[in-house]
Amino acid sequence: MDRFSWSNGLLEINETLVIQQRGVRLYDGDDKAKMDLGITLLSTHRLIWRDIKNHECCIAMPLSQIIFFEEQAAGIGKSAKIVIHLHPVPANKEPGPYQYSKYSYIKLSFKEHGQIEFYRRLTEEMTKKRWENTPVSQPIPTGTGSQTRAVGIVGIERKIEEKRKETDKNISETLNEQPLHHQTSARGSRYNSVIERGGMMALTEVYCLVNRARGMELLSPEDLVNACKMFESLKLPLRLRVFDSGVMVVQLQSHSEEEMIASALDNVSEKGSLTAEEFAKLLGLSVLLSKERLLLAEKMGHLCRDDSVEGLRFYPNLF
Amino acid sequence: MSFEWPWQYNFPPFFTLQPNVDTRQKQLAAWCSLALSYCRHHKLYTLDVMEAQESPMFNNKKIERKLSMEAIQVVFEELRKKGNLEWLDKNKSRCLVMWRRPEEWGKLIYQWVSKNGMVNSVFTLYELSNGDDTEGEGMAPF
Repeated sequence: MDRFSWSNGLLEINETLVIQQRGVRLYDGDDKAKMDLGITLLSTHRLIWRDIKNHECCIAMPLSQIIFFEEQAAGIGKSAKIVIHLHPVPANKEPGPYQYSKYSYIKLSFKEHGQIEFYRRLTEEMTKKRWENTPVSQPIPTGTGSQTRAVGIVGIERKIEEKRKETDKNISETLNEQPLHHQTSARGSRYNSVIERGGMMALTEVYCLVNRARGMELLSPEDLVNACKMFESLKLPLRLRVFDSGVMVVQLQSHSEEEMIASALDNVSEKGSLTAEEFAKLLGLSVLLSKERLLLAEKMGHLCRDDSVEGLRFYPNLF
Repeated sequence: MSFEWPWQYNFPPFFTLQPNVDTRQKQLAAWCSLALSYCRHHKLYTLDVMEAQESPMFNNKKIERKLSMEAIQVVFEELRKKGNLEWLDKNKSRCLVMWRRPEEWGKLIYQWVSKNGMVNSVFTLYELSNGDDTEGEGMAPF
């Protein structure tokens, strides 16, 4: 109950009344609240309660205070209730009827029924969260919203105004993209470093990075493959490589096969044995690619495998 | 005297049939030699494929590895090609293991016979395998 603040019972600008129900008694947790019967109002922003006799006595709490709520069916001599669980008291809360409560939930007891409809509307409001879109403190902006159908000169003026705002938005978005471009070039250098570290990169990863860097006018997978096939004729320091399994990678031209095999053998010898996952961690390479390397080293007769229930491990070829 | 396992026996990849052709050849050679020396040590002449998989020969409990049925068949087939094994039935479930091939035995007996100056004499099978003269010549199981 200490989440409630005193209120004048008036709705704020932007706030709309959703439903009201007479004959509701409040419970502070499991205890009856010190107030008598009253009217409970549900608005798009708040839960409001007003004493039925003393209209001065009116309290409210924002819907954002609600964590979740549940129905409690009626029983013999008991009215149906809605239990509402609440977030802790915010620091800047206005004073209310309760300074302190040991409960983190309240109950609405419906003496004159109506709990089903109330529950339904409360669920609706909690899903829509309309209080988030239009904070009550904010004054109504003039001439916004396409819902306002206006005709005549006023309508045209509004349309012009809307268009101007949209152009404004577009311009600022375009400006925002400038720093984005810087980010993408930063990504480009990361891409280089990845390639340099592992010496190779799966074509799928390349595809993702290239298109993320482009942002718009995306490259098709076919175009990328075809572009990679031209590495050689364009004398670029990269090469497209197709493993026996069909996996395609882009690798540095300087990155020779012998070196790759030698490094795989070195790593495996050092650790005794390695799985593709462990090797991937060591190299900072994808599992797929590390496996390809191990398989290549196996194919060249430098490694051999132990295929058991524990997984596929590679050992130096001692045979 | 306990059987001395080759080093490969404690090398986990030994129990996985290697896909690399060269590696596999070396692996199979090691298996063949292991199988023959194991049978020789334990005086085994026939093997049941199903039982073989559970025997220590193909099942290293220490490193929790055992050769798969398929791999055992490959090893046996390799032994057959080398002339150390003959299938006893069409289903290839039982086999005769000859840790000395018939040719080797022939050579061995002939050597023993000539060494003792008994070429062109007649021997019974019993004399050869259990006779006093052949004692210590490794023919006991013959």
